[in-house]
Amino acid sequence: MKKQHLAALQKVYLCLIFSFLYVPIAVMMVFSFNESKSRTLFTGFTLKWYKSLLHNEMILEALWLSLVVAFLAATVATILGVMASIGISGMKKRTQGVINTVSYLPVVNPEIITGVSLMMLFVVYVNVAHWLNSNPEVPGFLKFLPENIFGFGTLLIAHITFCVPYVIFNVAPKLRRMDVRMYEAALDLGCNPRQAFFKVVLPELMPAILSAFLISLTYSIDDFIISYFSCGTLQTLPIAIYSMTRKKVSPEINALSTIMFVAILCIILVSNALESRSYRKKRVKE
Amino acid sequence: MIKNRKLAAPYLVWMVVFILVPLAIVTYFAFTDKAGNFTLENLMIIGQYSTVFVRSLLLAAEATVICLVLSFPVSYFLSRQRAAKQKIFLMLVMLPMWMNFLLRTYAWMSLLENNGIINRILGFFGIGPFQMIYTSGAVVLGMVYNFLPYMILPLYTAMTKIDNSVIEAAQDLGAGMFKTLTKVLIPLSAPGIATGITMVFVPSVSTFIISRMLGGGSNMLIGDLIELQFLGNSYNYNLGSALSLVLMVIVLLCMSFTNGFDDEDMEGVV
Repeated sequence: MKKQHLAALQKVYLCLIFSFLYVPIAVMMVFSFNESKSRTLFTGFTLKWYKSLLHNEMILEALWLSLVVAFLAATVATILGVMASIGISGMKKRTQGVINTVSYLPVVNPEIITGVSLMMLFVVYVNVAHWLNSNPEVPGFLKFLPENIFGFGTLLIAHITFCVPYVIFNVAPKLRRMDVRMYEAALDLGCNPRQAFFKVVLPELMPAILSAFLISLTYSIDDFIISYFSCGTLQTLPIAIYSMTRKKVSPEINALSTIMFVAILCIILVSNALESRSYRKKRVKE
Repeated sequence: MIKNRKLAAPYLVWMVVFILVPLAIVTYFAFTDKAGNFTLENLMIIGQYSTVFVRSLLLAAEATVICLVLSFPVSYFLSRQRAAKQKIFLMLVMLPMWMNFLLRTYAWMSLLENNGIINRILGFFGIGPFQMIYTSGAVVLGMVYNFLPYMILPLYTAMTKIDNSVIEAAQDLGAGMFKTLTKVLIPLSAPGIATGITMVFVPSVSTFIISRMLGGGSNMLIGDLIELQFLGNSYNYNLGSALSLVLMVIVLLCMSFTNGFDDEDMEGVV
């Protein structure tokens, strides 16, 4: 085969794969403007699905819950993870290995297993609390455990649990590669360990911490399976989407997808622009 | 550097309570009956569901192979582009991943329906209609569509490390396209292939939404079966735990099988 033919073949192939990836999304976007409820026949242009989406209490509440949970979970996970990374870095190699293996479990386990196992933990807790509260032989001061825990608390615990490992795997390698002499120099120059940490170590780790926070945020917002098992009757955005897909005909989903796609595209484009600008600035400085 | 092991204490407690204890509880329920007595019955009953297991493994394997075959050329072509172009293409690969997978799967529902868009277009040419949704093929398609980027990315990472001169050397020494592929490209991208296989196979074999949305009721997978025991009508924690345990063993086996090839590439992907 000639080189030109190969190059043409390559282009055609890439085109096919990328249309496979994008045609379904494009179809959804087109049908979000469809006048009728049909998912397959385009009858006319309208914005009414966007309007009804913006007045859909269920979706708005779910979105709000998703954002709150994601923000709280990412914050707690980042703090826990950074503390853990620093603490672990001072341990023996073998202990480090054991902790890393356990931390990997939520990452490599299928999500459904993580979800189910956390749900079982909560169920066992509910049973214990119920037994304590209803058993007359148990002294009164032990009857303080709440029984209806499925909801915000369990959701938050689940999200923190699957976020922390990502924080550790982002921050710990950075910490390992850091120059110890920087920290020692700070101590020599009169910092106490606390100052040296906040003025030298933390700023050095900041990019890794920030990216860990953002990863946690996106995983948390996107998660469906683990939330599904631990949320009780609450609805995060993915769970609301799921209940909408069960109803089959709902053009609002298309509108929602379009909004999300455009939002994601904007975020990525902006972050890329910022990145390349700071990259250029760095080059100019050098 | 900073020797303050106490800082890890809150996480260690968290880890034990919310990672290890829940798995221990699942194991406990898998080996007990409703009254809490030790039994192997839950694990024995699973034999009745062997068709579900076989179907899950088969469909997940199909999806993994299709992903591998489709991704290999994509990753290769991408890795040979100029740096600026590579960045754009990578973004195009990752962009759909950022959409929630429920929305991505839902998009295919309207394409595959009996009077869906594909059947309408085919009907225009006088072909069909075909039954596409609620078949096992639709489930595989859903898996491939959702997890294709997980195969492309690790393959691409492995292939960027292959120097062009290595490929040219093979061609100079008389290797044809096929020989270059089998003797140079595939061995050198083995770590990426291994990572990709795990990253597609594990979510495919444990999914329960894709099979429910695209497979209808007749294509039940392990994930659906587990979900039914915990939140569905069947409601049997003990059986559900046993099923989860078996699924975990399958996944661990698959990972130890592919882990032989890769030890460093997980970091780049996560």
